[in-house]
Amino acid sequence: MTQKLLSLSNLTASVSGRKILCGVEFSVDKNETVVLLGPNGAGKSTVAAAIMGNPKFKVSGEIKFLNKDISKLSVDKKAMLGIFASFQNPVEVPGVTTTEMLRTVMEEKKGGFVPLDSVREEITTQAKKLGQNIWFSERELNVGFSGGEKKKNEILQMLTLKPKLVILDEIDSGLDVDAGATISKILADYQKESGCSYLIITHNMRVLKHLKPSKAVLLNEGQVTAVGDVGLVKRVEKQGFKTILSEICQEGEK
Amino acid sequence: MKGLTKELVLELAKLKNEPKWVTELRLLGVKAWNELVMPKWAPDLSDLNLEQIETYVKPDFEMVKNWDEVPEEIRKTFDELGIPEAEKASLAGVGAQYDSETVYHNLKTEVEKQGVVYLPMEEAVKDRKYSKMVREYFMKIVPANDHKFAALHAAVWSGGSFIYVPKDVDVEVPLQSYYRLNAPGAGQFEHTLIIVDEGASLHFIEGCSAPKYNVANLHAGSVEIFVKKNAHMKFSTVESWSKNMYNLNTKRAIVEEDGELEWISGSFGSKITMLYPMAILNGRGAKFEYTGVTFAGKGQIIDNGAKVVHVAPDTCSTINTKSLSKDDGVSISRTLAKILPGAKNAKAFIDCKSLILNEGAKAEAIPEVKVACMEAEAAHEASVGKISEEALFYLMSRGLS
Repeated sequence: MTQKLLSLSNLTASVSGRKILCGVEFSVDKNETVVLLGPNGAGKSTVAAAIMGNPKFKVSGEIKFLNKDISKLSVDKKAMLGIFASFQNPVEVPGVTTTEMLRTVMEEKKGGFVPLDSVREEITTQAKKLGQNIWFSERELNVGFSGGEKKKNEILQMLTLKPKLVILDEIDSGLDVDAGATISKILADYQKESGCSYLIITHNMRVLKHLKPSKAVLLNEGQVTAVGDVGLVKRVEKQGFKTILSEICQEGEK
Repeated sequence: MKGLTKELVLELAKLKNEPKWVTELRLLGVKAWNELVMPKWAPDLSDLNLEQIETYVKPDFEMVKNWDEVPEEIRKTFDELGIPEAEKASLAGVGAQYDSETVYHNLKTEVEKQGVVYLPMEEAVKDRKYSKMVREYFMKIVPANDHKFAALHAAVWSGGSFIYVPKDVDVEVPLQSYYRLNAPGAGQFEHTLIIVDEGASLHFIEGCSAPKYNVANLHAGSVEIFVKKNAHMKFSTVESWSKNMYNLNTKRAIVEEDGELEWISGSFGSKITMLYPMAILNGRGAKFEYTGVTFAGKGQIIDNGAKVVHVAPDTCSTINTKSLSKDDGVSISRTLAKILPGAKNAKAFIDCKSLILNEGAKAEAIPEVKVACMEAEAAHEASVGKISEEALFYLMSRGLS
C-alpha cells in the first residue's frame, strides 16, 4: 500500500483580500512525482507558497505531512520535518554564504556543532554533480548569481539538506538545455537514492525527462480542474491549456 | 587628583571657577556613577581601576593663542604631530588639548568675522554671549546618567571645544581639535559641543593620540552635535591611542529636517575601545552616513560601530564599517539601526566588513536592525542579510529558526 506523504484539503489562499486558491485538494504519495500544471495565474506558485506558509498569503485549509496537520507550523519547523521548497525567484541574501547557511541548518538539525570541514566535504560532493566546486557555495547566497546559477544553488541546497518532500517551482527556468537535462538526471538519482517525493511546477517538460511522474494535477483559477496520469502532461504539451480546459469544460457539461 | 568623589569634583569645579549649573551637572554625574553598573554586554573592563586613574591633570601654564607661547616640551609634541603646520596650510581653526586642559585655541579672523564661534569648552560655559546657548544644549543628548562612563565624564569633564556656526554660514575650511593625553595613568575627559545652525555647513576634525605607558590610561570624552534644518556637518575623527588606553568615548548627534551628517571615523590603538557614535534623525528627510575603519592588533579589543535612530519620515542612513584584526586582536563591529513607528519611508543600510589577517585574530560583526514601521526599508550585510520579509522567509524555509 502506498503511503501519503503530503495531502492538501480545502486549501485556500488570498492576498490582500483577493482569493487565489479556492479549495485545492490533492495528495503526494511517498516516493512519487507529482506534476502541477496550469496556465499563468492559475495559482500554482501560490500552492507552493501556501504549503510553506509564506506570510504574504492568508491561508486556510488542511495541510497534512505524514498524517500530521502542519498548517500551523512555522516554515523552519516544516523544513526540519523534511520539506524543501525551491522558489521561482530565489532571493539574494547578502552577507551570508551558502555554506554558512547550510552549516547553520545542519547544526540546528543536529542540535550541536558541525565542523566546517565536514560541511564543505558534503557540499563538494553534491556540487560536483552540478559541475560546480566548493567556491560556488562560498559566495554570498545568490548575490549576483545568474538565473541558472540560482537554480543550481537551489538544487545544491536540496542535495545537501536531503529532504523527504521537494517542491520545485519552475526549477528549469533560467537553465540551458544541457543544464535542464542534467538537473532532471540529478533529481531522478536523488529520488532513487532517498525515496523522496517531488511536487514539480513547470511549463517545460524537459525537467521531467528522467523522472516518472505518476500524477498530474491541472490547476485553473485556483481550483483543481483535472487529475490525471502522465498522459495529461503530454496532452497539455501538445494541445495547450486553452484547448484542454475547454474540452474538460465540455466533458463536465455532458 | 585620582578616583571619583564628590569632594574631588567640588575641588575641580572651584579650580575651574565655573557657573553653578555646570557644577550641578558634575554632581549629577557623581550620583549616576555611584548608581550605575559597569556595562556587562561588552569587553571585560575589570582591569580598569578608576582609583588609580588621574582624573584631572593640569598643565602648569595658561592657554594661549600663539604656538610660540606654548612651552617648548608641549609644542614639540604637537609639532611632531604636525598640528601647527596643518593649521597654517589647511585649517580654519585649531584647538589643542594636552592632558586635561586646552593649551592652544585659535580661529582665523575671516572665519570669526562670519560669526563662527570656536571656544574652549571652559570658556564657553562662562561666555557672556554664548553661555545661555551652551546651557541649552550641553549634556542634553549625552546626559550624565546615560551610562557609567558618561556619568564619569559629566563629573570630571575638562577641556574640549564649543563650536557654533550661525545660520546659512558655510565654513569652507575645516576646524580641528586635537587631544593629546601625555600624563601616565591619567584620564582625559574632554567635551565637544557643536551646533550647526539652519542652512549652515561645517567640517570638523578631531584627532586623539597618546604615548605608551605601562599603567592604564582612560579616555572618556563626549561629543554632542546638533545639525539643524538644512544644515550639513562633516565630522572626521582619528583616534590613535597607545596600547595602555581604555577608550570609552560617547559621541552623539541629532539631525533635524533635511539636515545631513557625514561621519568618518578611524579607530586605532588602545587596549580596549568601546565607541558607537549615534545619530538621531529627528526631522523629515534627515540623513546620516557613517564610514568607520578600525584595526585591532596585538592585545587589543576594538569594539566599535555606530547607531542610528530614525524618528522622522523619509530619513535615510548608511553605516559602513571595515575592520581588520591581526595577531590576537579582536575587532567587533557593533551597529544598530532603529526605525521608529513614525519613520515612514525611512531607509537604513548597514554593511560590516571584517578581515582577519591571521589565525588567532578575531572579528565579529553584530549588526542589529529594529524596525517598528511597516513602511520602511532596512538592510544589513552580515549574518542575516537584507531583512526583507522575503529573505527571512527564504532562510527560514531552509530550516533557520
